[in-house]
Amino acid sequence: MGEIVMLPEQRLLNQNTSNSANNSSALDANQLASLQQSVADYSSLQLAWASGYLAAKSEQGHHAQLAPVATPVAAKTLTILYASQTGNAKGVASQLEKSAKAAGITVVLKNIADYKAKSLKNESHLLIVASTNGEGEAPDDAIEFHEFLLGKKAPKLPNLNYSVLALGDSSYEFFCQTGKDFDERLQALGAKQVAPRLDCDVDYDSECESWTLSIVESLKDELTQADTGLTPVSYIGDLPTAGATSQYSKQNPFAAEFSLSQKITGRDSAKDVRHIEIDLAESGLTYQVGDALGVWFENDETLVAKLLTELNFSGDEKITLKVSGEVQELSLQAALVSQLEITQTAPAFIEFWAQHSQDSKLLAVASDKNSAREFAGEHQIIDVVNSAKADVDAQSFVNALRKITPRLYSIASAQSEVEAEVHLTVGVVSYDANGDTRTGGASGFLCQRLEEGQKVRVFVEHNDNFRLPLSDDTPVIMIGPGTGVAPFRAFMQERESRDATGDNWMFFGDQTFTQDFLYQVEWQNYLKSGLLTRMDVAFSRDQAEKIYVQDRLKEQAAEVFAWLERGAHLYICGDANRMAKDVHQTLVEIIQDHGKLSAEQAEDYLKSLRSNKRYQKDVY
Amino acid sequence: MSNNFTKVENPVLVVEGKQADNERLKAESDYLRGTIKEDLQDRMTGGFTSDNFQLIRTHGMYQQDDRDIRAERQKQKLEPLHNVMLRARLPGGIINPTQWLAIDKFADDYTSYGSIRLTTRQTFQFHGVLKPDIKLMHQTLNSVGLDSIATAGDVNRNVLCTSNPVESALHQEAYEWATKISEHLLPKTRAYAEIWLDEEKVETTEADEIEPILGSNYLPRKFKTTVVIPPNNDIDVHANDLNFVAISEGGELIGFNVLVGGGLAMTHGDKGTYPRCADDFGFIAKEHTLAIAAAVVTVQRDWGNRVNRKNAKTKYTLDRVGVDTFKAEVEKRAGVKFSESRSYKFTHRGDSFGWVEGIDGKHHLTLFIENGRILDFAGKTLKTGMLEIAKIHQGDFRLTANQNLIVAGVAQADKAVIEQLARDHGLINDGVSNQRKSSMACVAFPTCPLAMAEAERYLPGLVDDVEAILTKNGLKDESIILRVTGCPNGCGRAMLAEIGLIGKGPGKYNMYLGSDLAGSRVPKLYKENLDEAAVLSEIDALSARWSAERLEAEAFGDFVIRVGIVEQVIVSFRDFHHA
Repeated sequence: MGEIVMLPEQRLLNQNTSNSANNSSALDANQLASLQQSVADYSSLQLAWASGYLAAKSEQGHHAQLAPVATPVAAKTLTILYASQTGNAKGVASQLEKSAKAAGITVVLKNIADYKAKSLKNESHLLIVASTNGEGEAPDDAIEFHEFLLGKKAPKLPNLNYSVLALGDSSYEFFCQTGKDFDERLQALGAKQVAPRLDCDVDYDSECESWTLSIVESLKDELTQADTGLTPVSYIGDLPTAGATSQYSKQNPFAAEFSLSQKITGRDSAKDVRHIEIDLAESGLTYQVGDALGVWFENDETLVAKLLTELNFSGDEKITLKVSGEVQELSLQAALVSQLEITQTAPAFIEFWAQHSQDSKLLAVASDKNSAREFAGEHQIIDVVNSAKADVDAQSFVNALRKITPRLYSIASAQSEVEAEVHLTVGVVSYDANGDTRTGGASGFLCQRLEEGQKVRVFVEHNDNFRLPLSDDTPVIMIGPGTGVAPFRAFMQERESRDATGDNWMFFGDQTFTQDFLYQVEWQNYLKSGLLTRMDVAFSRDQAEKIYVQDRLKEQAAEVFAWLERGAHLYICGDANRMAKDVHQTLVEIIQDHGKLSAEQAEDYLKSLRSNKRYQKDVY
Repeated sequence: MSNNFTKVENPVLVVEGKQADNERLKAESDYLRGTIKEDLQDRMTGGFTSDNFQLIRTHGMYQQDDRDIRAERQKQKLEPLHNVMLRARLPGGIINPTQWLAIDKFADDYTSYGSIRLTTRQTFQFHGVLKPDIKLMHQTLNSVGLDSIATAGDVNRNVLCTSNPVESALHQEAYEWATKISEHLLPKTRAYAEIWLDEEKVETTEADEIEPILGSNYLPRKFKTTVVIPPNNDIDVHANDLNFVAISEGGELIGFNVLVGGGLAMTHGDKGTYPRCADDFGFIAKEHTLAIAAAVVTVQRDWGNRVNRKNAKTKYTLDRVGVDTFKAEVEKRAGVKFSESRSYKFTHRGDSFGWVEGIDGKHHLTLFIENGRILDFAGKTLKTGMLEIAKIHQGDFRLTANQNLIVAGVAQADKAVIEQLARDHGLINDGVSNQRKSSMACVAFPTCPLAMAEAERYLPGLVDDVEAILTKNGLKDESIILRVTGCPNGCGRAMLAEIGLIGKGPGKYNMYLGSDLAGSRVPKLYKENLDEAAVLSEIDALSARWSAERLEAEAFGDFVIRVGIVEQVIVSFRDFHHA
């Protein structure tokens, strides 16, 4: 293994211990001395383990011990809450925290799920970073807070200064809806906006950055006047600060070696799914099972060439573009390969092309948000360009495109098993359009263009919303059809290395048994060794009627309910649009039938599982 | 007739020692049921687990996989592409057109190779049936009166019968005996009906009533039985444990000479294993047929070696206890004495292709099917052709032990249309050489898990080359009985060939020389580990010498022994491995 990095939980822990070093209370001097003594001869690996252990303890409902950090200085503390589904909101919130701390502001950063909504009336300054799910619902972690805030019991908040940063995808009808809900409701409850809400689209980096700067600037004076006895971020010298946090991040990804790409669907499969291994050695990047790997990719040069031809550009045209915060001059070709999104189409581009082409069909599509989103989902930029002639210059074309964004893949390995490697399970997105095969930008890059031995820019995206139970005795039910299998492979590796005794039940599904049973041999071996207690599989195309994972769940309803009753944690990974919803509905029915509950009570049952972190989703 | 030693002093009748694991699994199988039903419910694997992997053989199936892609799938983290091969039970090889239509459709709809494979066991095989379709397969067979009970495993397998369409009455009676023997020696357990046909489990009575002949542990090893009508030895008596040689007087069947202890399988490198010719026990009247069959089977059941499976076949029991002891026990159990063998003569083994008219006035068309593989090939739509014939044919079909097929019992009026269909679909090809008709291969790659080298896929090209060699050496219309098998287990009967090639490793074969046209002699090892080029250069040199030095009409196998290219094998266990 390379250098040990600090996991987010460790960061949290260090913040608290650093406070205490300044006599602010998390640990008293004796406790601190004792801790320092305990860890003095730990190897870096042991330190990393211990910090994970402590972090886990802290998340296990021991927040009370840490709470005093916030309470005494509540009046002058900036509270940042994040409501994250895939980790983006959390990432932005962490940036925000960092900047605020750098400016000398005392900050409490919390997952909104862990925040007691009733404490709102005690807050003076609050920033919320909230993402939104597909149809405008709040992310899982924010459901309770959202219900409380928008409900009748929400208190008046005349003393609260706040702002909201909303993350979303403008191709959805209810763009940034959760953030909007929070903003409007806080205002209605009498709170004061310190800065207008920012609605961010998929490529949010630079906007976020400037919003963060302006917010911190405007809060700095007020929040640093009081003498809290605190100094901003400082680490305890005796803890390993060097290398404790990896220098690599989304903005500064690690160029890792792409060490293996193995197709894991059979030769007659309709799908191309790859098992990919990437070497993180020397990066200091670490991950936990449940995390995702962010992957920066480049577009296919052949596709770029075709696009340039369609547009009658040579590719040598000079354009300007903001790259890493700085405006740079690039050739159009270079920008299209490495800076701009051309395999995913934003509805805004449809509008742009419709306006410039004045094509009646495109104009019609663009005029309706839903049809624009649908059309965008099925067409790459080149297909839109193909569909109608328009005369645009290179710079305007570039301006109409989104910046390329990295893709997140659920990690399919555990470091306890694979050490410095990270494994992914990537399905090649591919479809026919205009007599040509269109391939997903990142999946095509990873599975088709990148060769073993080449470098790929990656970073780790932590996801605390998808974690194995803290207790190794706790049973888990894993539902992961298709590439949704990935994190559960990691779960099994982790549970095996921990000699976890809890029962494990896997549900997997795909098109055909002979061609699409991802990691079949590994699952067979886990069953044989007894680590995997049971596994149910559904192959939709092996018989006349379609059979999916939810059908297997239904077949095993009594047993599924019995597992839940004895404390099983439930995980779903994979397709968000249909599978996760169908599975959820099936779970409601199972709980209803076997718990003798009404539909509403069954929903509440699941809700309480969710708030107890026993029902977690990683869906996309 | 026998060249084997007959007397053994103080024979060991039962081999003591730790029994082979197969004995345990048969004993624990609850009369061949095992946990096959549970395995059918297991969606995690396309295969069968542990004991069931063996037990399904007694139900006529072998678990196989596509070996061409085994390594590829291992990399893909997928299990081998498990499937089963099914071998039907078809005593005497007779199948009617209705049955043909059903198996044709099943092959199309549910097998990955889409073929019907005719085999040396005078039956057909499906290759590449996935586990979820297995029950349907048995139910489909059952719906047309077919099954696959006991076509593999340690039981009496499909009973062969000479395909003799000319002597209609004699053949009919011989065929009926083949069927009766098959039924008589069949496992009586209801496992097959329960597992595959969903029949109710019937509470059984005393254990020894369940399998009065085979016993609860079944036989020590596979057991093969034939009924043969001289002079054609098409079923190759010496490849079989028990043979009933039809003896007729004035066209009437009167009884059988009984030949016991033939078998071709051996293991590379194990000199305790060898192919062996059967011994003639003598003549019995036909009414004693079933009693004798049961007695031979039960003596082998009780005396066969259950400690060492490699020495478990009847041929080794005979060499261990002596022919006389074995024969006396058979007589005792059957309550029948063998009388002196009647005279008969085998002259050939091949099929006679084309039309022939039977004594009953019906016409019979024997079709040459290369490798027995009925499939639509480019320009040779054999499977469609057979389907079209089956749709209109009023008689039956007879599969031969040489993997060919007879459209039998055609009325004069229907001849022309059947011939036309056969020609349209490449089932009749006047250009097929004698050499090709005298050549045979087992299935081997990609389905057979035992294969060490190619056989079926190797043969057609090999024959092209041999044809060219023979032509070059002035032997254009001559032929050599040439058989290729992928392993030494004997399916392709290479151990009764004039030139036998037995797979040793990828692209490598051991070459055996010296059987005769009638199939009464086991060949002997000539060269080991020949690659394909060396095989051809050896055949070139040997056939050139044969051409130059042969006596009048001397067959190749006789020639190589006469001039001393190989020694003649007279007593297998003494001579076969003798350097």
